[in-house]
Amino acid sequence: MSPAKKNIMIGLAGQQNAGKSTIFNMLTGANQHIANYPGVTVDKKTGNYHDELGRVEVVDLPGTYSLTSFSLEERVARDFLLRERPDAILNVIDASSLRRGLYFTFQILEMSFPVVMALNMVDVAAAQGRKIDHEKLGRLLGIEVVPTVGRKGRGKLELRPALRRAAREERGEDEGFQDQHGLRINYEELEEHIAAVHEHLLESENLVKAVPLRWMAVKLLEGDSEALKLLRRHHARADAVMDAVSAATAAFQEKMDITPADYIVTCRDRLAASLVEQCVEVTKADTVRFSEKIDRVLLHRAFAPIFLVLTVYLIYELSIVQGYKLTFLTWPALAWVRSFAAGLLPDPGLLHDTMLRSMSLWMVDSVNTLLNYVPIFLILFALIAILEDSGYMARIAFILDRVFQSFGLHGQSTLPFILGGVFTGGCAVPGIMATKGIPDERSRLATILTVPYMNCLAKIPLYTLLVSIYFAAYKSYLMLFISTITIIMAMIIAKLLTSTILRGRETAPFVMEMPNYHMPTLMGVLRRAVDRTWVYIKKVGTIVVAVAIVVYVLLQFPGLPAERMAYFDGRMNEAVAAFHEDIRETAYAEILADAAAVLNLLNVANTYREAKLAASTQEASSAVDARYEALHPEIFPLLRPRDPEARNLSRSLRSLSTERSNLRTAIREETIVYSYFGTVGRALEPVTKYAGFDWKINVALISSFAARESSVATLGVLFQEGADEQLSLEERMGQEGAATGFTPLHAFALILFFALYPPCLATTIMVKVQTGSYKWMLFSIIFPTVFGLAVASGVFTISSWLGLSGIQAMFGFYFLALGTAIGLSFLPDPAWKRPGTAITHAKEA
Amino acid sequence: MPLQECPSCAQTTQSGNGEDQTLTNVANGCRCRIRRHRAHGAIRQRLLDLGFVPNAEIEMVRCATLGDPLEMRVGDYYVTLRKREADLIDVRAA
Repeated sequence: MSPAKKNIMIGLAGQQNAGKSTIFNMLTGANQHIANYPGVTVDKKTGNYHDELGRVEVVDLPGTYSLTSFSLEERVARDFLLRERPDAILNVIDASSLRRGLYFTFQILEMSFPVVMALNMVDVAAAQGRKIDHEKLGRLLGIEVVPTVGRKGRGKLELRPALRRAAREERGEDEGFQDQHGLRINYEELEEHIAAVHEHLLESENLVKAVPLRWMAVKLLEGDSEALKLLRRHHARADAVMDAVSAATAAFQEKMDITPADYIVTCRDRLAASLVEQCVEVTKADTVRFSEKIDRVLLHRAFAPIFLVLTVYLIYELSIVQGYKLTFLTWPALAWVRSFAAGLLPDPGLLHDTMLRSMSLWMVDSVNTLLNYVPIFLILFALIAILEDSGYMARIAFILDRVFQSFGLHGQSTLPFILGGVFTGGCAVPGIMATKGIPDERSRLATILTVPYMNCLAKIPLYTLLVSIYFAAYKSYLMLFISTITIIMAMIIAKLLTSTILRGRETAPFVMEMPNYHMPTLMGVLRRAVDRTWVYIKKVGTIVVAVAIVVYVLLQFPGLPAERMAYFDGRMNEAVAAFHEDIRETAYAEILADAAAVLNLLNVANTYREAKLAASTQEASSAVDARYEALHPEIFPLLRPRDPEARNLSRSLRSLSTERSNLRTAIREETIVYSYFGTVGRALEPVTKYAGFDWKINVALISSFAARESSVATLGVLFQEGADEQLSLEERMGQEGAATGFTPLHAFALILFFALYPPCLATTIMVKVQTGSYKWMLFSIIFPTVFGLAVASGVFTISSWLGLSGIQAMFGFYFLALGTAIGLSFLPDPAWKRPGTAITHAKEA
Repeated sequence: MPLQECPSCAQTTQSGNGEDQTLTNVANGCRCRIRRHRAHGAIRQRLLDLGFVPNAEIEMVRCATLGDPLEMRVGDYYVTLRKREADLIDVRAA
């Protein structure tokens, strides 16, 4: 035996739901790193710890049920084992379903790895009346078996030295795989054929180095396609070997009336059954497990939908309604940051601010609008983590699978849709990230492409704005419409996609293990909620800030033409001259002689007014007075006039101030008219007029591609008139809309387009990450734009022609869409035509 | 326990012919034994991984509100299958 290595690598392998990640966390603590396996979008989680001998690197393999080559995760896990050859494997097994877990253990043992078994969740098994003799199990398997309870950190102390002991039996770099460690499965009648194939494989030195030969022989007899590829790569006479394998398969099938593949499974199952029989003592005879008792209520055929609706309602109430109330507490902090930033920046000019000031404030505003949602997201993601960890998410998938199935989707599309904001409001970015869990490619792509239709939280301000202006009387109908039309349209689109362009993609059956209910741990829930929220904040930190700059530039440049500028400057000068005229005979004439002094006076007057408004109590108000009096003794009488002369002058100052802000507003608006976006918005008017959008709406929609939040912000800038009379944006849009003939029908077409509108930039980037293709990213932008515009134009044009009002158009469209969705659900799925073999075809291509 | 709740099982055992049927036709609460799979490739593999191996005993637990998918007990854990896949598994009464 060679001396023990100091630094070793451990592969963490096991089936889904065996508690692999809790064992991973238990072993490595916070030292974790997530990357991708090369070339694929499968997460590779690594972590490490130190023991007395050195560093131990732990690689968390994808959770798979076995090590065949039928799914991406399985292939990734197997390639990793063959290529990286970890020094030992830690096999995590759910003690309460030992028999099935053993199938996996057998496959790793067959690959000739030293194995340590973490017999996890022994407490659950004990509660179910199963006592497992782990020492005996270890003796029979020829490996160390350590009972663990990952959630409580039990077994950590025993696992570490056991892994060292297993890894001690070291291989050299090029020696190939040695004889199998531990138990060798006896395939009885098939053994002679395995031996024969084994002989053939020994001929190739390359192959001896690359793979464990007995494993290879078994895989070839099983008909494993990846094993065949390995054979062709490493064995010079691969065809001769394959002939021998085919002959052996035929002979065996002839004699035994069963395929070798089935026979192998049966042998493994028999062995697993006998191990369970020898090592498991049943202390409670056939009790109904606790989770099943809960399911008799929660999954009761008639009550299940009621509990589901209650759950979704609870999520909505706690995260959106209560979370929104929380934002009233957090908003002042964000507003404080803004005014603090404003204080640091150069003072505003008379009519034109410096670039530094206006651009910085623009960025702070953009980031603030996004950060405002953080409390909502924290609550929402924590609740969803509770659903996942408790096991209820799998039940939701079970209840809803039939619905999704009709539209080419999958029960496991539920989580992405919920994160994306079905009914409630969410964010497509974490939604698309969650599509990783969907096993088949077709539903996964269809889900990725339809999650952005959900009610993203950032769409809600625009909906609220439009609904409260144009549909105040029908508020609840409109809100119901918005929250359900999105899912209806998403289903229609999913069906269209899966039966057309996604037609040939891999599909997978809905074969899902129903996990036991668990009490979620506080740490687990917090960790997930914070992680997902952090992803959202990073989006704010990077993409949105970058895009905010671009949008700023496109909205501000090329700027006003010189003659308009001169016109505004002229009007301002007139106003200043009038003010000077008013103060000519007074003591202030000298102090305010030059332009800078007047500007200073105006700015001080503004901050004074803001400070007075912010002061909530009489004392605070007096304190503000005292402060300004001390800071600006000469001009304070103008701010707070005490004699008739000062009162007159103060009135004159106020009218100067009003004129200034009117002019600034007019400039801001005209700047947008002349800006690049304004030009594009106008250029699009001939197309968008069929949907009833004028150029202002176009500009808002274009800028909201960067981030939805900016739609309302941009509209706020576009509908400036009256901003200074403290009118709300609702009132301003209402007034101006009435003047330009913007009707509820226009508003409805806008709502509809916004619901179908392409995902925001951050989401499209996530589409790229999850599909690994720019083609799908482009598709996710272009398709919804065209489709949304077509639907909005169709609805607007036809409704105008029929003379329908906004609310009539809404009802008409709703029933039309619902009817289409129901009709489409009866359309047979193209994948159903090839029962049983649906997955494999696309893979070879 | 489930056997009393299951009139169709009782009928099958009484008639004693033990004829094959597909897993879809097993009534809630009934137990059956797997005879063979008619699925291929990945679906077959996933079914095998989840314990739908020949001769395994399966107990039908429930179906979802809309009649599909089905939940069943395989040994000591619970698995859901769509009817389309369950149709590919031949069983006989246990």
